[in-house]
Amino acid sequence: MKLKSKVIFKFIVIGIIILITLVAKSMGNVSAALIEVHFRSFFLEMILFLPCMFILVGLIDLWLPRSLVEPHIGKDSGIKGSFWIIFLAMLQAGPLYGAFPVAAILWKKGSSIRNIFIYLGAFSTLKIPMLTFETSFLGWKFTLLRTVISLPVFILIAFTLEFILKKTDFSVKEIKL
Amino acid sequence: MVFLLILTAISILVSFIFDRDKTYKGVTKGIKMFWGIFPDLVIILIVASLLLGLIPENTIAHYLGQDSSLWAIIIASLIGSMALIPGFIAFPLAAFLKEAGVSINILAVFITTLMMVGIVTFPVEMKFFGFKATLLRNVLSFIGALIIGLLMGVLL
Repeated sequence: MKLKSKVIFKFIVIGIIILITLVAKSMGNVSAALIEVHFRSFFLEMILFLPCMFILVGLIDLWLPRSLVEPHIGKDSGIKGSFWIIFLAMLQAGPLYGAFPVAAILWKKGSSIRNIFIYLGAFSTLKIPMLTFETSFLGWKFTLLRTVISLPVFILIAFTLEFILKKTDFSVKEIKL
Repeated sequence: MVFLLILTAISILVSFIFDRDKTYKGVTKGIKMFWGIFPDLVIILIVASLLLGLIPENTIAHYLGQDSSLWAIIIASLIGSMALIPGFIAFPLAAFLKEAGVSINILAVFITTLMMVGIVTFPVEMKFFGFKATLLRNVLSFIGALIIGLLMGVLL
């Protein structure tokens, strides 16, 4: 894999920030120690979670033909398609950036614009692992009310986005090197 | 998390049994896509850790607990939009704020903007959806999150 100069520059920036934080920490800076703890947990979550998502997406891309997926979540799939999409999103876990590669593969397999954004909306607000966590800290009333209000709101957002973006050359890009 | 690792391992194995070549192609493709956003993601995680490390929980609680609820809602929505806080930190923090007497609509606005709006992850989102769609999604989600938060304050 050849490294572009832009990528090298990014890694240099990363290196400098890490170095400064470590120096500050060694001088007894409490914030720096806290930053390091946060970064470690964020990085661990990302490095375990994201390659798996991308590998699954890569395999799905090759094994699952578009003709099989498109009728279920494409333009003519109606409310049933949105239901499947919400169900898929609810079963997942992890930060929102993990949903982007999945959205890219859904798009490639023929999903409608609306369902792409319903997917992102459901992923960000209705993931079941997150809901259980939310319930234990904020109570079931809070969680239930929040999900019940969120559902129509993100569906409305998805309809609005589809209305605006269908006139443009919108596409979800696959990340390539 | 463990489930995802097992699922990935099984998928690779099953795929490998049926078609070696396809498996190789699929896995390489996935890893290449991952590598494509990896440097940006590391920078984003650094920014998120810096924000979280430099702004202690007590400061957040102080600003959200202010008397003027409109001001507090604005600050809650801005913090929620900017921060990239995973659930295992965000919900305990929200429970802590609730104990400290922060009102429900402020909490709900903070939680929903945190979930739906991502200013720090904007560069990565843009790589997938383009600038226009990313901007629109975040702006609409911001408005949506405010509506959700205010409704919750009325109903709860």
